[in-house]
Amino acid sequence: MTTIWQRIRGGRSRGLTCIELVELVTDYLEGNLDADERARVERHLAGCDACTAYIDQMRVTIAVVGRVDVDDIPDAMKAELMHAFRDWAPS
Amino acid sequence: MEETAGSYTAPAGQDEIVAALRAGDEATFAALVDELSPSMLRVALMFVPTRAAAEDVVQEAWLGVLAGIGRFEGRSSLKTWIFRILTNRAKTRGERERRTVPFSALAAADADGDEPAVDPDRFVADGHWRSAPDQWSSLPESRLLGKETLELVQTAIDGLPEMQRAVITLRDVQGWSSDDVRNVLDLSESNQRVLLHRARSKVRQALESYLQGEGT
Repeated sequence: MTTIWQRIRGGRSRGLTCIELVELVTDYLEGNLDADERARVERHLAGCDACTAYIDQMRVTIAVVGRVDVDDIPDAMKAELMHAFRDWAPS
Repeated sequence: MEETAGSYTAPAGQDEIVAALRAGDEATFAALVDELSPSMLRVALMFVPTRAAAEDVVQEAWLGVLAGIGRFEGRSSLKTWIFRILTNRAKTRGERERRTVPFSALAAADADGDEPAVDPDRFVADGHWRSAPDQWSSLPESRLLGKETLELVQTAIDGLPEMQRAVITLRDVQGWSSDDVRNVLDLSESNQRVLLHRARSKVRQALESYLQGEGT
């Protein structure tokens, strides 16, 4: 089965459309694209305000996700672990 | 010797961390527990059905770390080693309680098939945007990072398929490198990429629906 992704990567010679670009955004931001693919994305972005706005939204999304609280373990469990550590530690 | 919380993730600091643990340094252990337990809980929840069971697994894993730290040889990073202990405990517990689906199958299922990042209706036939996405850069930071927005984002993450949730949590919430994410979750590079892409795309979509109309 051909995925959207493989189809996009197949046709390197022509320019990207917006619907194709949005599938490359993560690899673009993660630095996973090779030089050719990266250049294709940048060529498209240079002439497309809509995709530039989209990629900004994705950057904002990542930043906001980075501010979500982490899910801490309960205090009682932490206390138990510290207790276990003291029992275990060489005295 | 100077030791700051969290410095164990730096390759240079790892030996000192291990030495401090072996020597019984409580502050080092406490910092390690604070730093890694949230991610451990998240990973454990991929194998066991309840939060309580995940907490048990995390606790058992830390006891396993204490039991094994004397034999830790530094062939993998301390973090990878600790998470290997965690996933082994979690798998054992998960098999008892619920899961019969192997981990790799779970990852493949969440990364399989076509799943567009953006609703195809947002594009016209030639593949261009029907109407451009809003400019979020004009929104005040207080709006983007307000309590309500963060809660919405948390809810969106909670609603993701579990492997996507695990990947975005470790990569973007906890700020791990993609290599660490891949190693700990035992994912292929391409699966990790697809899972992260899908997860981020869905969270962006949730944010967009929430912020709709406020950016203009």
